[in-house]
Amino acid sequence: MKKSASHSKAGRVKKVLGVVAVIFVIAALLSGCKPTEAKKNIESLTLTGSTTVLPIVQKAAETFMDINPNARISVRGGGSGVGISALIDGTTDIANASRAIKAEEIEQAHGKGVSPVETAIAMDGIAIIVHSSNSIKGISLEQIKAIYTGEISDWQEIGGKSGPIIIVSRDVSSGTFDTFKKLVLSGEKTRADALMLASNNAVTTTVANTPGAIGYVGLGYLIGDVAALEVNGVYPSQKTIIDGEYKLARYLYMYTNGDPQGVGKEFIDFILSPQGQKIVEEQGFIPIR
Amino acid sequence: MKKRKPIEYLLLSCALLSIIFLFAIAVSLFKEGLPIFKVVSPVKFIFGSHWYPAHDPPEFGILPLILASLLITIGALIVAVPLGIGSAIYMTELAHPKIKEIIKPVLELLASIPSVIYGFFGMVIFAPFIQRIFNIPTGLTALTASILLGIMALPTIISIAEDSITSIPSSIREASYALGATKWETIIQTIIPAARSGILTAIILGMSRAIGETMTVLMIAGGAAVIPKSFLQPVRPMTATIAAEMGESPMGSLHFHALFAIAAILFLITLGFNILANHIKEKRI
Repeated sequence: MKKSASHSKAGRVKKVLGVVAVIFVIAALLSGCKPTEAKKNIESLTLTGSTTVLPIVQKAAETFMDINPNARISVRGGGSGVGISALIDGTTDIANASRAIKAEEIEQAHGKGVSPVETAIAMDGIAIIVHSSNSIKGISLEQIKAIYTGEISDWQEIGGKSGPIIIVSRDVSSGTFDTFKKLVLSGEKTRADALMLASNNAVTTTVANTPGAIGYVGLGYLIGDVAALEVNGVYPSQKTIIDGEYKLARYLYMYTNGDPQGVGKEFIDFILSPQGQKIVEEQGFIPIR
Repeated sequence: MKKRKPIEYLLLSCALLSIIFLFAIAVSLFKEGLPIFKVVSPVKFIFGSHWYPAHDPPEFGILPLILASLLITIGALIVAVPLGIGSAIYMTELAHPKIKEIIKPVLELLASIPSVIYGFFGMVIFAPFIQRIFNIPTGLTALTASILLGIMALPTIISIAEDSITSIPSSIREASYALGATKWETIIQTIIPAARSGILTAIILGMSRAIGETMTVLMIAGGAAVIPKSFLQPVRPMTATIAAEMGESPMGSLHFHALFAIAAILFLITLGFNILANHIKEKRI
């Protein structure tokens, strides 16, 4: 009898503790939301999209929030396609993209009552890289195309030491590939046995380890044991890209639904300001203002 | 008795939830994957040998991707099965308990290494090594991926094979010894046949592990979408294709649906492996 009484008492204590715990959890959850609701002047902004643009946006968001303590900026990657579809679905305020929006995406957006507006925020050059031991120093756009489509398959054919050319490319859906396809391949297919790698870093590492390789990467990734080639006699640099002499360059974009407004406009204006463009430069890209 | 009911329902709903997740995943894979077959016939999709999804006009043939996945998986099994079964037999039948105490935790550690680290190791250290040994233009090959995937599948194979060998009643061993068999004869002629269903299950689950692995193959298989002719060339498995291309393909585009269709096919393949493994386990083939 006594035993069972103490047993049920312990049970009651446990129950009370359980209820208290539940209350605490609910309170914690509610308090988590409260401050944002209480302070009405907090402005939040969400950016989603290209991983190429990510470093610029992350650094810019940090600096922007230091200047404007009321701004809450959250930045997500995912890729240009993900960013643009998030903009179409209304789950992001700004879509970052390393390629221009495609016709089918614009069509989709209009179908959902979204009108994407494009703002270029920076430029990125694409460097053609080879192993540092390669004797070739320059190449023409036609030669690059011939190599990637398979017409030329030996270094000897363009004046190098004889040996097979190993083609390193990016995945077909990368923004860098998209630009390369447009600017160099003029829409033609790459050789089927080209190595399609998933990131700029993977391309640099592979070319650095492979004496016969040729690859292309964003200008920010010219590190390690690789050599950049002159293209049509011009070496890729910030200056030659701004002057328009170096042809392999692309813009990086931000897309908004309609003209940028409110904190979104402030943020884009910040990136285009001298301070923002300095961040662009620090992250290895090319300022446009 | 009555008090137990609410808890029971709670636990039931937990169990149902995972079934619902599985069902939801399967439904969304097929719902997003099927639209591609309005444009490309299933036969052309599966047996086509050109994968140019971003080209104009695009070509969606995934035979090179399926063959790459199978080639790498077979290679991984060639590495993992002898090593895995050998280790399991050693640990259960031969090893001194103290040695076993060292090997087991180390194996568990092997299982807990994230796949991106295998990939990184493969790309920076192992691939250049393969390149030098075979004197081939690039070290990012099916062989490189197979060896690393084999190592990654080892813990699965060893632990399941070990369980099944351990669960053999000792009376069977003793009977074998009583008939005058040596330790070696007992292992080969008695233990392995008795544990065969468990060992087969281990191999098939290891296969599932290898064919579904993504990060490592994305980093070290090379990514060339050609029909593989040897182990020493770059290949592009199904998982790597999905992982690399999903982020940038416009949602709702043909390319997007094609990637989902690849995922659905991969899902069917691993589902088949698992059903087979279950079947073997139950029937004790």
